[in-house]
Amino acid sequence: MAVETELDKIILHVAKIMIDELKLEDVTAETFDPDIDLVDEVGIDSMDLATVALVLRDEYKVRIDEDDYPKLTTIRLISEYLQRKLAVV
Amino acid sequence: MKTVSSLLDDHWHERYRRISKLNIRSSIYDVTNRCNLRCKGCFFFSSDEHKAAPEEMDIKKWEAFVEKEKARGVNLAILIGGEPTLCFDRVEAFYERLSTFCATNGLIKVPRDRFPDMMIGISLWGDEADEQVLRGKDTFSISSKNYYGDPYTYYLYTITPKQIGKTGRVIRKIRDAGLKVHMQLLSNDEAVDGFSWRPHELSAIRAEMDAMLDAYPDTVISSKYYHEIITTGKMLDRPFGWMACPSVTITMDHRDPQPKRLTNFIRWASDLKTMHRCCTSETRDCATCKDGAAHMSWVMVNKRAHMRSTKDLQNWIEIYEMFAKLYQFIPW
Repeated sequence: MAVETELDKIILHVAKIMIDELKLEDVTAETFDPDIDLVDEVGIDSMDLATVALVLRDEYKVRIDEDDYPKLTTIRLISEYLQRKLAVV
Repeated sequence: MKTVSSLLDDHWHERYRRISKLNIRSSIYDVTNRCNLRCKGCFFFSSDEHKAAPEEMDIKKWEAFVEKEKARGVNLAILIGGEPTLCFDRVEAFYERLSTFCATNGLIKVPRDRFPDMMIGISLWGDEADEQVLRGKDTFSISSKNYYGDPYTYYLYTITPKQIGKTGRVIRKIRDAGLKVHMQLLSNDEAVDGFSWRPHELSAIRAEMDAMLDAYPDTVISSKYYHEIITTGKMLDRPFGWMACPSVTITMDHRDPQPKRLTNFIRWASDLKTMHRCCTSETRDCATCKDGAAHMSWVMVNKRAHMRSTKDLQNWIEIYEMFAKLYQFIPW
């Protein structure tokens, strides 16, 4: 049985926030592919990302710089970004 | 979950990829409070916006201002007025620093040696008869000579209710001048008699705009979905209006709930300090606003809402492509 890492937990949490905040249908945190391109495939735009970033800031106490949005194209990349920021807090 | 690739075939997916990461961030700038025309129905003068603030006269301050706008993330400067071509030094302050679009009535020729590839949109209000009534002059006869065959110029043909049945002749004239055309509808801000839209006229002009796009696809830059939105004022059954408009100045946008909007959009007055409420004027009734760019932007900021079906997403792509062509982010 695979061991759930800290990154896996963040990925699941980010996916849940994204589904709730953006009202994404027909997907769960568990079935949300963490490597799917959020812009090219899911259709998320910078305003969506700003909405999610606000919730993540409240939950993780980590500020996502707007200049970093273009790099955060998947749930995995967002989660790794959060993990890095958490490590230096 | 519906994804882009589950909705689009290879051809449409490629078109989507071409625009999906453009990340257009526009703002609008009044270059001057002056104009060489006084058109009946011009929102700038009818709402006294030309008196909102004194013009900044120091070109160095314009240059510094544009640098700050660039640092703010703006990547498309839309220059309006007054008439921007009365102040080429200010236009140049933008053109040298940012992707720039210049709206003009076309009476003054933009020197192409100074602005070789700046996109220019020439305003045209109906045909010769409408222009005489609304603008006191047939501007086309002058502007079409000034810009004949210019690859970076198109006409912004504002259609009035009196144009029903007549748009073909105007579009052929534009084609014969070697130029492109984008159509929009008159909002009639000064309630000139006979120039306000009635529902049956909007239906008729929608059909005519569709027919023009079919007949002159190399000249008309448009999409049938745009025609639907601009004539019905509805997108995916939602009405356009104050609570939906994406083109509200960010610092003056206190709407709750906040609709999808243009990122950091501001419309600046020519003192470079004062901000106007939105891309048109505060005195306009948002429920009947026909502003073409605001309606295009309304669609563009609502991408995910258009991911409910293949046709909806294709409609979204067509409008985004249209906007990107009109502001030179992709070629004609």
